[in-house]
Amino acid sequence: MMTKSHIHKGAKSTYWGSISEGITSLLAGLLLTFKHLFQALRYKREPVGVENKDYFSFDKGIVTLQYPHEAIPVPDNGRYRLHNEIDDCIVCDLCAKICPVNCIEIDAIKSTEEIGKTSDGSTKRIYAGTFDIDMAKCCYCGLCTTVCPTECLTMTKTYDYSEFDVRNMVYHFTNLTPDQAEEKKKLYEEKQKEKSKPKSQETTKPSGTEDAKAEEKANIPKPAFKPVIKPPASTPESREDTNLKPEEMSGTIKSGETKPEEKKAAKPVFKPVIKAPTLNPKPEEESNVKPENKPATSESGEIKPEEKKALRPVFKPVIKPSVPKVSQSEEASNEQDRKQDATDEKKGSTDEPKSGEVKKPAKPIFKPVIKPKPKQEGEQGDQ
Amino acid sequence: MILIPVFLSIILVYTVFAVYAERKISGFIQDRYGPMEVGPYGILQTIADLIKLLIKEDIVPKSADRKLFIAAPAIVFSAIFAGYAVLPFAPGLEASRASVGVFYLLAIISLDVIGLLMAGWGSNNKFSLYGAIRAVAQMISYEVPLSLSVLAVVMTCQSLDLQEISYQQSLWIKDFSKISDNNYLFGIQSSDINITEVGGFLTWNIFRNPILMVSFVVFFIASLAECNRAPFDIPEAESELVAGFHTEYTGFRFAILFLGEYAIMLLVSFLASILFLGSWNSPFPNIGFLRLADWTNGYPGTISGIAWGAFWLISKAFSLIGLQMVIRWTYPRLRVDQLMFLCWKVLTPLALVVILISGFWRLMMN
Repeated sequence: MMTKSHIHKGAKSTYWGSISEGITSLLAGLLLTFKHLFQALRYKREPVGVENKDYFSFDKGIVTLQYPHEAIPVPDNGRYRLHNEIDDCIVCDLCAKICPVNCIEIDAIKSTEEIGKTSDGSTKRIYAGTFDIDMAKCCYCGLCTTVCPTECLTMTKTYDYSEFDVRNMVYHFTNLTPDQAEEKKKLYEEKQKEKSKPKSQETTKPSGTEDAKAEEKANIPKPAFKPVIKPPASTPESREDTNLKPEEMSGTIKSGETKPEEKKAAKPVFKPVIKAPTLNPKPEEESNVKPENKPATSESGEIKPEEKKALRPVFKPVIKPSVPKVSQSEEASNEQDRKQDATDEKKGSTDEPKSGEVKKPAKPIFKPVIKPKPKQEGEQGDQ
Repeated sequence: MILIPVFLSIILVYTVFAVYAERKISGFIQDRYGPMEVGPYGILQTIADLIKLLIKEDIVPKSADRKLFIAAPAIVFSAIFAGYAVLPFAPGLEASRASVGVFYLLAIISLDVIGLLMAGWGSNNKFSLYGAIRAVAQMISYEVPLSLSVLAVVMTCQSLDLQEISYQQSLWIKDFSKISDNNYLFGIQSSDINITEVGGFLTWNIFRNPILMVSFVVFFIASLAECNRAPFDIPEAESELVAGFHTEYTGFRFAILFLGEYAIMLLVSFLASILFLGSWNSPFPNIGFLRLADWTNGYPGTISGIAWGAFWLISKAFSLIGLQMVIRWTYPRLRVDQLMFLCWKVLTPLALVVILISGFWRLMMN
């Protein structure tokens, strides 16, 4: 065949040569596509992993895997989503320490006595007030799973867990509600006080709790996240259940079934975390709590700057096009004004989180409307 | 008149499933599935696409020649649909038994060219204009070998009437044909092998006059070019011209152009079946006591005749369309110069030679 077609190199030689070469090559092409057409109707690649001895024997037929419905099984040593079996966790903090990207955040609450035993017999003495893993940061090195002494932290085979909101990539594994965590913390502190002082404060308990609350907030920087934890803390158990499913099903993952569940489980957990609880409970607490607690590290302090960052770049460009209309001197003063406004806003929002936050969405909307007009109005509008 | 809605609905249903079939065939050829999600095995995919297409905004470019732009899809489709008027759908069932059927058909689908040129010119888009110019050059060129290959059939059958051509290839040549009375093996009367009662594929035109096999190949290649299908799809070469003459079309107008393209595919496949592949006749011959031809044909005018006739004609046309699809997904696109080489230097001389030979062959027939 080969030599023959070389002799009659039709396209370069003769009229008849090119015609005969054309016909033979066209027929060869048709045969090839018909072969594939009929093979595709009969054979199909099976979703088996590379460890299967048949893996390289599927050399004909359809090669597509219809992913959500079928998938190549993950090898046993595959490293994908982290899962912490919180009941077996002794909150030793080793995983958080070894993590190269600091994606594990643990808030350990010491307990006064032994809490229980893990399944391998280790004694649990520390509550996990927070056990958050930010899978968006995770680099899947698996170091945390190797250092884990109780082997409660594992890499699962679930790899399809992308989210629309990056904040939903933070997984909460604690089994304490924020209230419970608060309670445990109080309990421990009281015990500590009892140790240092003779037992005399038992009668002042009810009033003492409020003081303790205030003190905690003033002293400890971490509680900033407390309201964030609230809603999710009640659900991790249910989520773990759904998470387990895809791992247990080896072989083809029918993620068509598991996926919606996961999402349903994940969404309600995280959505309320950011929107409702941070905005609503805050005013109440802050109105109750003394004003000294607010500055810098107050509860809202950590979340708000993020929101602000998100807002700023969006609106700045909107304002600029209107600038050319104003004369240069005005422009300069305008810019100054704007900077001032910006800094004012920052200050205002950090100082008075409540009012700053309420105003924020409204301001950028008005700015572009007002700027083209004389600058006094703009200033008025801003302030 | 009753055939207008029949053909229209056939075209619509056929287009929907031809698009699906095309995607499936291309998928299988390339070792993949094709559409799988909408409906079982993705069978409703095209319907979903169609619904999407119909609810799209109808955009007429500002700088387009509005009248030409709007009129073009209608002209393209109506020119092609008019060709269906003379197709014998079944024995005794045709919209118009014009005695110049073939001539009319070739003439009316040439109007398609005007529609394409209007679409390309009216869009005021370089891609569209290039596509239209290429389409016109290609279609006018390929009409020459197409017509010559049809001419060979017309010489063999001595008629331009498509129904007459169909009857000549049937078991009822004695009763219904106005020209011939008997069919002989390979059309050679002197061989004295009368196969009028045998029927089946032996009385197809490509066997009544074997040189028509070559003519059929020429016709098939030229019809691919006429449909602007790959490997002759340079008018809408995606990699060069976006979409050629229908680049600017959206929504319903695009759907009509698309419908026109698939309708002409079906039309030329019908025509090839009628002219070369025995029209509405069964491919099975009577062999001794096995009266396969009798069992799979109905007497003209009866309900079974119409049902069998429609079935065989549509089956043959669809097989040819399947072949067109496989060819589309097999061969690379020709360059313009290769296209013209094939048309003027290969197919046209071949068709002329075939005409000469079939003229002599006609002398050997009765």
